[in-house]
Amino acid sequence: MQWYWLAEYLPKFISGVYVTLQLLGLSIFFGMLLAIPIGLVQVTGPRWLAIPARMFCTVIRGTPLLIQLYLLYYGLGTLFPLIPEIRETFLWPLLRDAFPYAVLAFSLSVAGYEGEVMRGAFKGVPKGELEAARAFGMSRFTVLRRIWLPRAIQNVLPTLAGEFVLTLKSTPLAGVITIFDVYGVGSMVRQETYRIYEPLLLIAGIYILLTGVIVLLFRWLEGRVPRPV
Amino acid sequence: MPDNTSLHRSPAQALVVTDLHKTFDKDEVLRGVSLEAHQGDVLSIIGASGSGKSTFLRCINLLEQPSSGEISIGGEAVRFTTKKGQRVPADMKQVQRLRSRLGMVFQSFNLWSHMTVIQNVVEVPIHVLGVSKAEAAQRAERYLKRVGLWDKREQYPAFLSGGQQQRAAIARALAIEPRVMLFDEPTSALDPELVGEVLKVIRDLANEGRTMILVTHEMKFARDVSSQVIFLHQGRVEECGTPQQVFYEPVSDRCRAFVSSIH
Repeated sequence: MQWYWLAEYLPKFISGVYVTLQLLGLSIFFGMLLAIPIGLVQVTGPRWLAIPARMFCTVIRGTPLLIQLYLLYYGLGTLFPLIPEIRETFLWPLLRDAFPYAVLAFSLSVAGYEGEVMRGAFKGVPKGELEAARAFGMSRFTVLRRIWLPRAIQNVLPTLAGEFVLTLKSTPLAGVITIFDVYGVGSMVRQETYRIYEPLLLIAGIYILLTGVIVLLFRWLEGRVPRPV
Repeated sequence: MPDNTSLHRSPAQALVVTDLHKTFDKDEVLRGVSLEAHQGDVLSIIGASGSGKSTFLRCINLLEQPSSGEISIGGEAVRFTTKKGQRVPADMKQVQRLRSRLGMVFQSFNLWSHMTVIQNVVEVPIHVLGVSKAEAAQRAERYLKRVGLWDKREQYPAFLSGGQQQRAAIARALAIEPRVMLFDEPTSALDPELVGEVLKVIRDLANEGRTMILVTHEMKFARDVSSQVIFLHQGRVEECGTPQQVFYEPVSDRCRAFVSSIH
């Protein structure tokens, strides 16, 4: 094994990790922002929202993320420049870059998978606890904010941890639309140094480390509400 | 001429229910139930399973929507309207305000399991009644000490026994300083050895003059704490009066048969 290249490429790896974490963090944030209402309307209705929500989950979960990335970036991304009005808006610098498309694709993916998880989570909250909240005069929104949502999320923290670990490990796919994440840096090193396995091992180690961070974070979150064994 | 003298004599009306009907699909569960509770009254509702006791209690705070009839809490009548052929409250804000004056205690406790005992108790005062955090904390201390759970305040409900959970639920209801306490079979889900500690708390509350409506299977308890007992049978008030009347001098044969178990 030869690691002489490490010192030279280390800064690139660090910025690669930063890109990976940015993509992951933003996707989880926006994805969950969508997943919560997508899960909720499937439990509460109305039907005209529940049906599209279920269809969205089916489509997202039923198609490869790779294809979603291609369609969004090369499809939408080449469509936008053809519309002159868009080129003049403040959004244009954003739409020209690949990163927002990656965040969009991964957010939709998180929304699709976690929307389904949240549907089960909302459904799994004991009816009596929601009834008690209503019986004490909470408005529908207060019930959701104070009881239903925190209770639902607490139920599925272990599931979400696993899902986000999977999301982390699908982020290298963003490479196909020119995102230069930590995996991309590794590939570059391999091409430039002709070292095959050392960069791969390094990347693998980095993903294990990041996974560990996610797992520990969720352990801590779960531990905040202890349960009897 | 209204009779003013009697108005002065009797304490203010805390809860008035008039001719309440409730139909589930085609099943008429309540067929015209009325009651009147004045401040300080302890009103027990007894009756066989399926007689409509719990449904009646749940109609009072509109967890079930009555098909017809009037409900008035602290002199304020619930306004109803008709939507798609269903009778529903006209103003949910009013319903929420009235509900926040009724302290409901459930058969299955229904504590919020993601919160500690003390968080359960301060939740409604802070987030519904808009009470300050300091005031809510004071109330929590007062009522948790009252039910003997002050030392368990940082526990999560899952770590408590059924009796402790129900006492915590009573503290949660007390903390809103309700006009009327509603108890829905508060000891039915408890192991026999835990029933006593909960009944003791309820008895103390009755003795200090709280207005309470109590749906219960504990006949002896109902006899001892109530100022008035209502015997429901097939959705109707079959017998109603003081514990002495209902338990020892009932007019109705059904009531006589039902209460004979405690003699």
